Amino acid sequence: MLNYIWFGLIFISVVVGTITGRIDQVTDAAITMSKTSVEIAIGLIGIMALWLGTMKIAEDSGLIQIIAKSLRPITIRLFPDVPSDHPAIGSIVLNMAANMLGLGNAATPLGLKAMKELQELNKHKDTATDAMCTFLAINTSSVQIILPATVVGLMGAAANQIFITTIIATGMSTVAAIISVKVLSKMKRFRIETNNQ
Amino acid sequence: MIDNIIIFTNQVSRYIIPFLLVGIPFYGLIIKKVKVYESFVEGAKDGFDIALRIIPYLVAILVAIGMFRASGAMDLLISLIAPLLNIIGFPPENLPLAFMRPLSGSGSLGLFTDLVNQYGTDSIFTKIGATMFGSTETTFYVLAVYFGSVGIRKSRHALIAGLIADAVGILSAVYICKIIFI
Repeated sequence: MLNYIWFGLIFISVVVGTITGRIDQVTDAAITMSKTSVEIAIGLIGIMALWLGTMKIAEDSGLIQIIAKSLRPITIRLFPDVPSDHPAIGSIVLNMAANMLGLGNAATPLGLKAMKELQELNKHKDTATDAMCTFLAINTSSVQIILPATVVGLMGAAANQIFITTIIATGMSTVAAIISVKVLSKMKRFRIETNNQ
Repeated sequence: MIDNIIIFTNQVSRYIIPFLLVGIPFYGLIIKKVKVYESFVEGAKDGFDIALRIIPYLVAILVAIGMFRASGAMDLLISLIAPLLNIIGFPPENLPLAFMRPLSGSGSLGLFTDLVNQYGTDSIFTKIGATMFGSTETTFYVLAVYFGSVGIRKSRHALIAGLIADAVGILSAVYICKIIFI
């Protein structure tokens, strides 16, 4: 899909640029922007290192594990099909904790570990379980309470102002994810087909 | 009353990043006796890799967006959809990011970078964009990676739930920023 969006942007640019007589500006933009992209990425290195370094301290000192423990009562309600002592719960909680702290690098490996453990409980190996759908929807709603390092890098000092708005907006999207996943799972078209086992 | 709450949260939020920068190493070194310097350096190395890894994505997206805007096509698109969006109070400047966000993390980072470059960090459009970026995820990518890793082909209601969450996050970002920053 991104392929079509990307090609579409370039295709429309050249067509519209030709019609409006701004084809020279289109050429200039392509060359200037490719240079700008590298300058931006190089400028990000420092601030990314600062952020990721601090988060590594949080990981090594066990702060992430403390958050994992404190969230356990919530995860038991969210994933009623998974036994509360199953290893999948631990991975799910750690994944969410890593997401909350904006540790994308740590979150993905933990999330994949959680999926593998949820798959062990799955009776229909090619079909997602309720727990998997809930886990995925919460993940895609973004539960982070700390801004992505890239946004902090680009916003600079103004990043402080975005903190509160992001927490409120992300809270709304997570609530929406949980409500819709719970409602949708009961709909007939999303039920697991048990007859072809 | 509401004004006071907003002033208070703005004051508090000024201290959140400095607090994390001092609080996390404090907890690590003083309470847990972690070698914080070594940990920091270890984690910071990833910053270099990530920044370099995004270069090809940034080039691809920023060049396409730059061409799109230089040709006048973006203005055309915005003027076509703007009246419709005005009805619900959605700024057209944030429209491309709202559409790109569920599709591509690198693509939406490119669009957000474009907002910062064009309007500056104090602009309401940049603030809405940053909030959108922080409150939504790249749903298609996460679905493909997570379900793909265990061979799940029937994703059931996961994609629709994820997209509903994205839509709610994007609309919340617009209205919350409008309430707080205007």
